[in-house]
Amino acid sequence: MKKISFALCALLLCTLGMLTGCTGQSGQQVLNVYNWGDYIAPGVIADFERETGIKVNYSLYDSNEILYSKLQGGGSNYDVIFPSDYMIERLVRQNMLEELDYDSLPNAQLLDESYLNHPYDPGNQYSLPYMWGTVGIVYNKQLVDEDVSSWNILWDAKYAKQILMYDSSRDSIAVAMLKNGFSANSRDAGELAIAQQALIEQKPLVLSYTLDDTVDKMLAGEAALCVVYSGQAMMIMGDEQKGEQFGYVIPQEGSNLWFDGMCIPKGAKNKDAALQFINFMCREDIALRNVEEICYSTPHAGAYAQLDDETRNNPAAYPDDETLARCEVYTDLGDYLETYEDAWTHIKAN
Amino acid sequence: MRGRNRWYALPYLLWVAIFTVAPMGLLLYYAFTKGGSGFTLVNFQKFLDPTYIKVLGRSLWLALLCTAVCLALGYPISYLLARHKHGNLLSMLFILPMWMNFLLRTYAWMSLLENTGLVNRLLGALGFGQLTLLYNSGAVLLGMVYNFLPFMILPIYNSLQRMDRSLIEAAGDLGANPIGVFRRVTLPLSLPGIMSGITMVFMPAVTTFVISRLLGGSHFMLFGDLIEQQFLQASNWNFGSALSVIMMVLILLGMGLLNRVGSNGNAEGRTIM
Repeated sequence: MKKISFALCALLLCTLGMLTGCTGQSGQQVLNVYNWGDYIAPGVIADFERETGIKVNYSLYDSNEILYSKLQGGGSNYDVIFPSDYMIERLVRQNMLEELDYDSLPNAQLLDESYLNHPYDPGNQYSLPYMWGTVGIVYNKQLVDEDVSSWNILWDAKYAKQILMYDSSRDSIAVAMLKNGFSANSRDAGELAIAQQALIEQKPLVLSYTLDDTVDKMLAGEAALCVVYSGQAMMIMGDEQKGEQFGYVIPQEGSNLWFDGMCIPKGAKNKDAALQFINFMCREDIALRNVEEICYSTPHAGAYAQLDDETRNNPAAYPDDETLARCEVYTDLGDYLETYEDAWTHIKAN
Repeated sequence: MRGRNRWYALPYLLWVAIFTVAPMGLLLYYAFTKGGSGFTLVNFQKFLDPTYIKVLGRSLWLALLCTAVCLALGYPISYLLARHKHGNLLSMLFILPMWMNFLLRTYAWMSLLENTGLVNRLLGALGFGQLTLLYNSGAVLLGMVYNFLPFMILPIYNSLQRMDRSLIEAAGDLGANPIGVFRRVTLPLSLPGIMSGITMVFMPAVTTFVISRLLGGSHFMLFGDLIEQQFLQASNWNFGSALSVIMMVLILLGMGLLNRVGSNGNAEGRTIM
């Protein structure tokens, strides 16, 4: 009996120890990085560890909302995160980000100025852009033999059960808003109701609401059309065997233009290492390796210059100004967010 | 529990305080507040929306269906296993898949059932047409039955295994035919196992999530998915907590009901509570 209670005590202590978090064994610095899945080149982390002696704990998320709820929950002590524009705006508004110290970020000046100083973070006080991209439709040319130019094709009964939508409230609602000629940032209850109704009507046509598995499903030929981020589109079209079969379109009604930044959450335990990491990610060779691997669009001037012509001229990755002018950057919805989330829950639950 | 023996309960009390009482308190706090306000029922009012009720109804229905299928499959299997001389070994085989992570097993079903998956390729090779196996309520039910079936088999198998064989022989000697023996001896004696099985399948089934997302393509939102979405996507912890409280109350009621039915048969039925 005594043994058992001793064992239980030991177990409890161990659990408590685990809950309080690891502060790094043998005094080695530990950096907790929280990033999107498929969003870094292999070996980059190992190189950072080798050069700095800092150990990196790397974990993944698949939506801005999950990132937010992890931060909100506290106890998750991340040092570097990669939120998108509207989420950066929200985190800044709620005082959840540390200001960046540019003395420790000499490589920041290597970034192309046109990607800096955007309304979501004026003066880039809190974030440096890591990648940017658009949202659009990828279609399988063997299954779709018409011109894809409008979001309306995602409501075409001809493609019933051949459509993949993105399982994210902002992106799916944006598609329905834009299709109906509204802004992706609309705070009009009537417009949101129309978008909600459109997505509910679309449900029987949708095969599945997916996240990171979209790429695999499209390549496997499971669906004809899908809503994706441009980098995923580049990944699908870049597939050695089947890439040729696919096309990417930014619909005429306009779309979402987005920027993912690198930020340090408030209360990060290892701010210095976090700055070192962000600076490292802005180094030309590293930025190039990342963009070549993950296929999104780079805000790094030097890395962009070194890309091959084919990629630089690819309208999926680097659309012309006219196309970009049709695109909207999401803004933080503030108090209206709950209304959006409720609409999305209703769509999913219906 | 007198004198120094009392201290043996300390680790348990600590455990319960940290991992049961404290989280429950937090859950109740969130459920009855909103944005730092005082006591409010607004989160529960929100639940009265027909859409959310529909989600609850769908969860209960699927969980009932899953429990029924598990019982219909599980009882005969347990019965055969209990009479087999290698029953212990064979029942181990049913648990074997559980050594693998539940998510992995569900993903495996995805690649089996998708349009270009193994099953459809096999059907194609045999000259049959393609079937849509994934992303319907049948696929969700299959995933649930597959994952929860061992929880039905094990308790029933145990109760049948522990049964006193001489009772069956006696019933036979006294003139009962095999059906009579089963109906009046075996079945009543295995009732505690059935009750535990139902409890252990129904509870995880009604709160399940992820299965419906992976195998149902997010088309069949279940109550567990709804709660998950409130916490992870909508970051509305208050509504999520309220939903969790509603679920817990429902489960408690259900278990209480089941216990009353079960205790008529055998006191052992209570042990699961």
